[in-house]
Amino acid sequence: MNRIFHKVMLAPEVAWLEVEAPRIARRWKPGQFVIIRPTDDSERIPLTIVDGDAARGTILLVVQGVGRTSRLTISREPGEAFTDLVGPLGEPATIGVFGRVVCVGGGVGVAELLPVAAALRRVGNHVTAVCGARSRSQIILDAELHAAADEVCWSTDDGSAGFHGTVVDLLRSREAEFRRAGMIHVIGPIPMMRAAAELTRAWGVRTFASLNPIMVDGTGMCGGCRVTVGGKVRFACVEGPEFDAHQVDFEELARRNSAYREQERLAMQNHECRIGLVLTRQG
Amino acid sequence: MPQTGPKRTPKAPRQELPLRDPQSRTQGCGEVSLGFTLKQAQMEARRCLDCKDPKCIEACPLHIDIKSFIARMIEGDFEGALERISEQNPFPGVCGRVCQCELYCEKACLLGRKLKPVAVGALERFAADYASQCGNGLHAEPNGRKVALVGSGPASLIAAYDLVRKGYQVTIFEALHELGGVLAYGIPPFRLPREILRQEIDRLRAMGVEFCNNFIVGKTASLDELFEEGYSAVFVGTGAGLPHLMKIPGENLIGVYTANEFLTRLNLMRAYDFPHSGTPVRVGKRTLVVGGGNSAMDAARWARRLGSETTILFRRGRAELRARLEEIDRAEEEGVHFEFLAAPVRLLGDETGAVREMECIRMRLGEPDETGRPSPIPIPGSEYRVPVDTVVAAIGQSPNPTLQRATPQLITNRGKIVIDDRGQTSLPRVFAGGDVVRGGSTVILAMRDGRAAAEAIDRALQEGR
Ligand code: FES
Repeated sequence: MNRIFHKVMLAPEVAWLEVEAPRIARRWKPGQFVIIRPTDDSERIPLTIVDGDAARGTILLVVQGVGRTSRLTISREPGEAFTDLVGPLGEPATIGVFGRVVCVGGGVGVAELLPVAAALRRVGNHVTAVCGARSRSQIILDAELHAAADEVCWSTDDGSAGFHGTVVDLLRSREAEFRRAGMIHVIGPIPMMRAAAELTRAWGVRTFASLNPIMVDGTGMCGGCRVTVGGKVRFACVEGPEFDAHQVDFEELARRNSAYREQERLAMQNHECRIGLVLTRQG
Repeated sequence: MPQTGPKRTPKAPRQELPLRDPQSRTQGCGEVSLGFTLKQAQMEARRCLDCKDPKCIEACPLHIDIKSFIARMIEGDFEGALERISEQNPFPGVCGRVCQCELYCEKACLLGRKLKPVAVGALERFAADYASQCGNGLHAEPNGRKVALVGSGPASLIAAYDLVRKGYQVTIFEALHELGGVLAYGIPPFRLPREILRQEIDRLRAMGVEFCNNFIVGKTASLDELFEEGYSAVFVGTGAGLPHLMKIPGENLIGVYTANEFLTRLNLMRAYDFPHSGTPVRVGKRTLVVGGGNSAMDAARWARRLGSETTILFRRGRAELRARLEEIDRAEEEGVHFEFLAAPVRLLGDETGAVREMECIRMRLGEPDETGRPSPIPIPGSEYRVPVDTVVAAIGQSPNPTLQRATPQLITNRGKIVIDDRGQTSLPRVFAGGDVVRGGSTVILAMRDGRAAAEAIDRALQEGR
């Protein structure tokens, strides 16, 4: 169970993992996620399902090592297994016929964009994937995005490839075309989703954002994932993760997601100290 | 005249459970109640009147043969005592700790009319802890039929035990990574050590019950798929996992938890051991727990263990607390303060979004409401503020809606699954019980439901319904 079949490092700290999960592979829909515990003592972290292959009985996850648990996740090797894996969780993304659709992704969000873009195209939309990376070396899954969308464009923060600027700058630069879109889907870091939502609100284009709050159980039991949408409290793990981007209180989400930053930082420091100690002793 | 065994001594004082001293309790999560010594157990057992018509057995939701297990204990036959208990209840270690005996057997105990009732719960626990868990020789011939139980809490656990003894092949599906449902995520290890829970679950496993964790019925597979995969009946025991919110401004500030989240982080994810365990929890200098039930006591006692100055805020008076007396006492011994007749109005945070203050309002008691308890009425103009770093809302929960949402044909009433007098839902061969039917209730009543459901399932399948 939960065995890792393949692992490819797409960029430093970004792993593409094919994981055994036959039931999830059969039932998942674009926009849904799983919760994993990479090792015995790990916390439970949500990861968007990037693809699933019912015949092989596997799902694809793309993970960026940012915190302790995600780093542990990408450090696992093929043949090893995650201690726990459960899903598919959450409601599927909104897939419908909108005519022209823009899918906006930043960071590993571009991986999470893949299934949504592909599904939207499959039902007949013209899909443009607007993707952002810090620099050329951080561009991931370009070929897969080209296969999923009708058009793919990239922005890089340092201008080393594609448009020079943020993904939201890129979006704005094509306002004339994009404000005619029937729907825009955004996924990525909170500041980027928030900026994109502000822009598309001004355009009056319906926009959905796939949110990433801290979760514990992922089944609606704890309320830790609560977000405010249109002034109402919603549990992102069961009612989301996708919500009307123009209604989401991104500021609150950003704050809530920082709740454990200090504790995590100290824990990491400690951890690195200990590793440092071992190394100097061995050295 | 020959002596017939040790004498009964009903007039002897009821034995008190030895407790870990309050100071050392807050230094870890070791079990607080230490359980009877051998001598105490024998003395307490001898207090039993050996009634001709024992009311305790009838009062016990699981109808444990209390009279005979106590008789075995008097003879020093602890294995025999455990065997008698196990005929009805395979979880004496769990129930001896968490069952609210004072409402059932101990309330019915005849001795209790004049003196203190026999400490049945503590004796049950002693039997479980003292005697080695023996196989119970109650294996049945497999009847070739499969039953799926959804959720691994108390209702499903006892249903599994009963069904497996009737020859069914039983699979329990659990959404979380650990088994036990509320026993695992809701009840702290200082009340129910995890080894006890694990042992009693392992016993079911040894009897052939299959456990499937990380499996959410309604998500990982639908109810229909379970039937397609050969299950003849399904029992839904998914519990009351949907936490109520206070619905006040500031509820989403950092440091504000539902009891479910707070307890899950600590009990299930072992946040007390962070960063050794991967899951953190924020417990600051001052903690306010809102509510008056057992979850409020559990949360407050955890906060004390994490070094926080802790107050329970309850909108009614002491007499209206819903928690067990025992738990209230333990909380007080451990230094938890109580603030009665006050309720939160709003929460105020700092620039980082962390909670810093709670505004409360004083209450007075008015006419009884629909629950029969006096209704709390806010006193206008009595608002006051208290500094706080951690807030836990322990104000109740409703059934977890996951399966219901995935199965719209399942008829519910305010989220609770509706069942008929045979425990069957609106879907054929789908049964339900425990908190998903009752709303928030107790472990022992969930067990009673699980037992009733096992019988109903057996009957329905026999009749070919
Ligand atoms: S993660 Fe617990 S309710 Fe959503």
